[in-house]
Amino acid sequence: MSNMFKQPGRLQSAPENFLSEAQVKAVATGRRDFIRKSFLAAGAALAAPMVARASEGDPNILENPPWTTSLGLPVATNPYGVPSKYESQLLRRESPGLARVGGASVSFSPLQGLFGIITPSGLHFERHHQGWHDIDPSKHRLMVNGSDDSLLKKPKVYTLDELMRLPSASRIHFIECGANTGLEWGNVAVPTVQYTHGMLSCSEFTGVPLKVLLEDCGVDYKKARYVLAEGADGSSMTRTIPMEMVESGEVMVAYGQNGEMLRPENGYPLRLVVPGVQGVSWVKWLRRIEVGDKPYATKDEAVHYIDLQPSGLHRQYSSVQEAKSVITSPSGGQTLLDKGFYNVSGLAWSGRGRIKQVDVSFDGGINWQTARIEGPVQNKALTRFNTNWVWDGKPAILQSRAIDETGYVQPSYGQLRAVRGTKSIYHNNAIQSWKVVESGEVSNVQVL
Amino acid sequence: MSRFSSASLGLCVTKTVLVFALFSASTAAFAFDNYKGVGRQATPAEVKAWDIDVRPDFKGLPKGSGSVDKGLELFEEKCASCHGTFGESNEVFTPLVGGTTKDDMKTGRVKGLSSGELPQRTTFTKVATISTVFDYIQRAMPWTAPKSLKPDEVYAILAYLLNLSEMVPADFVLSDKNIAEVQNILPNRNGMTTDHGMWTGASATKGGMGNGGKPDVKNVACMKNCKTEVKIGSVLPDYARDAHGNLADQNRSFGPVRGQQTSAGAAAAPVAAVSGTMDLATKSGCMACHGVNNKIVGPGYNEVMTRYKGQPDADTRLVAKVKSGGQGVWGAVPMPPNGHIKDEDLKTIVQWILSGAK
Repeated sequence: MSNMFKQPGRLQSAPENFLSEAQVKAVATGRRDFIRKSFLAAGAALAAPMVARASEGDPNILENPPWTTSLGLPVATNPYGVPSKYESQLLRRESPGLARVGGASVSFSPLQGLFGIITPSGLHFERHHQGWHDIDPSKHRLMVNGSDDSLLKKPKVYTLDELMRLPSASRIHFIECGANTGLEWGNVAVPTVQYTHGMLSCSEFTGVPLKVLLEDCGVDYKKARYVLAEGADGSSMTRTIPMEMVESGEVMVAYGQNGEMLRPENGYPLRLVVPGVQGVSWVKWLRRIEVGDKPYATKDEAVHYIDLQPSGLHRQYSSVQEAKSVITSPSGGQTLLDKGFYNVSGLAWSGRGRIKQVDVSFDGGINWQTARIEGPVQNKALTRFNTNWVWDGKPAILQSRAIDETGYVQPSYGQLRAVRGTKSIYHNNAIQSWKVVESGEVSNVQVL
Repeated sequence: MSRFSSASLGLCVTKTVLVFALFSASTAAFAFDNYKGVGRQATPAEVKAWDIDVRPDFKGLPKGSGSVDKGLELFEEKCASCHGTFGESNEVFTPLVGGTTKDDMKTGRVKGLSSGELPQRTTFTKVATISTVFDYIQRAMPWTAPKSLKPDEVYAILAYLLNLSEMVPADFVLSDKNIAEVQNILPNRNGMTTDHGMWTGASATKGGMGNGGKPDVKNVACMKNCKTEVKIGSVLPDYARDAHGNLADQNRSFGPVRGQQTSAGAAAAPVAAVSGTMDLATKSGCMACHGVNNKIVGPGYNEVMTRYKGQPDADTRLVAKVKSGGQGVWGAVPMPPNGHIKDEDLKTIVQWILSGAK
């Protein structure tokens, strides 16, 4: 342990990796009391008076640390607050080899370390189709028009000044890329929940229901049954949205995210919010809405975001994200510190409504127990579940299974593949399994 | 004056709609032109400027035409650096063409999709609507200069792609007049289905698409003794465990768990803050093809620096090369000319590359 405290008497920043390779091995060989020993060793290595008192208890208690015996920093030292310097590990990351061009790639949200249901805006996953821009809001416009004049009385243009005067709504919704977990359709491919499930985030969005704008333009709901949403980026990303969802009031033109404006990577200053539907439809940098009488077969619903089935047919306009869940702690790539009590925690969500129940298994799906759901449970939002677990040091396989308010039960890999094969890329909502071995190491496995 | 009269006209329409709404219970909340001072009518020129989408029934298709020959010329100049001269390159994006047969053109179903013979799905093995390809090239291509192509150029490039796919002869001229005929021979035109439960609008029986949200996979919530054995279908291969950087660095250093020590590996680099010049290089489109420490389609800046290191005229030579483009120095994929970058910016970028791109 001495290498961790090689400058006795000085304030140490927390080590980046608390456990060295040797220590991980120590856990593996059953020396699970090493943490306690490390505190004693740490005390012994510090200044002389502490050595004398080490046997009396934890030096972190017996000796007041500098932050307890000195003056702290004044207000507004960070006018825009930032996370603690000890929180440098949880970052958006790319999966190597997934895409060759950063402008058409993905960065994954670090679900393994997040709590509750709200994703910090700076850790929201990213998926761009032709790079991102920081758009000047004073120059951004939203146009609403019809594919022909009979569908809409008056095509209109709105500025941010104007949109932000309209009646607004604030709602919490999850957004999941249709390709989330897509790397795992055929076999295990990535090590951690960040890469298996990290194209998933949840925010409170504030904006104007799209129906307010369409009605302000005099839409003819009888004829106009589809909406085309278009972005202002280079790709001018387009997707077809069903008018039924707009009429329900759920689809929003959002400018707010978690109490502030949208982040540029998430569509600043305007994005479409299409609750329950895959992220690609939540068009970022939204600049135009067209109402039409037919779907549009845009590139991202005719070449990509189509689900290849064993028949050789592609499912087109597959939009909803069916019920899914994943245990985020403990999860793949992590090591449990010791035998004993753990709070097993995870996320569940459904594009078809509210989560009704989440079950957790510790034996690979032979037996299940119902987890605690942290309410209030919101419509088409992430839902946090927790359950108690006392690890006896023996191998285990952890799974979670979501059930939504329609009664739909999240399927196993075997069930999903029996219908859809392994080449769909999109809409993999299978039950995730994490295998725990005696050393405490957790890894990604697939149970059929 | 004219403003005043158009406003009164708007008011009249509003009244009519409100009266209508009173008699139509289902649209009671309908509020046309109801938010005073918010929004204005789009001008015809504005709608024309932005409404460029082309639908499968070709609504929105601009008039124009382009030949395979012209398309080849344009493709080499503007597209080949990413897609390869024959649209077959897998370097930057998945290939555009390949994997389709004459027989597929007859049936409208790409056989390789079900037989498993396809090593990789190309654009033309998937797409069922030729409008999609036209629309996308027009709105989003080329990669670093989207919306710079005129309609005739889009027709020409699409004609070249159709020729590469062996759908049309080398002397073919594609136009708004004959594009519907191309739709009729598109290899995967019958390859899509909407018969599933994942469309969130009305079902096919109600004039929409799909089965109205009925799931295709069914599980039951069994709680006890649900099976006799646990079948593991797949485990994490060692190379995959090590391919995402050191997992210990991707977890907190306190709490119930620690991240595992894995070999640092190549990437999983956090999304880094960009330097001023990198920002400039990104804006100028350089980063689409070059990485700082890695080849993308063109060489990494580290390789460029190594090659030109110590040469006294390196910066002027490199500026000229970037400006006029070239092929052969780093391989077969050509670098397009970059006349759009200002000279001073180009100098800044080149000096930045030669000094290590930091």
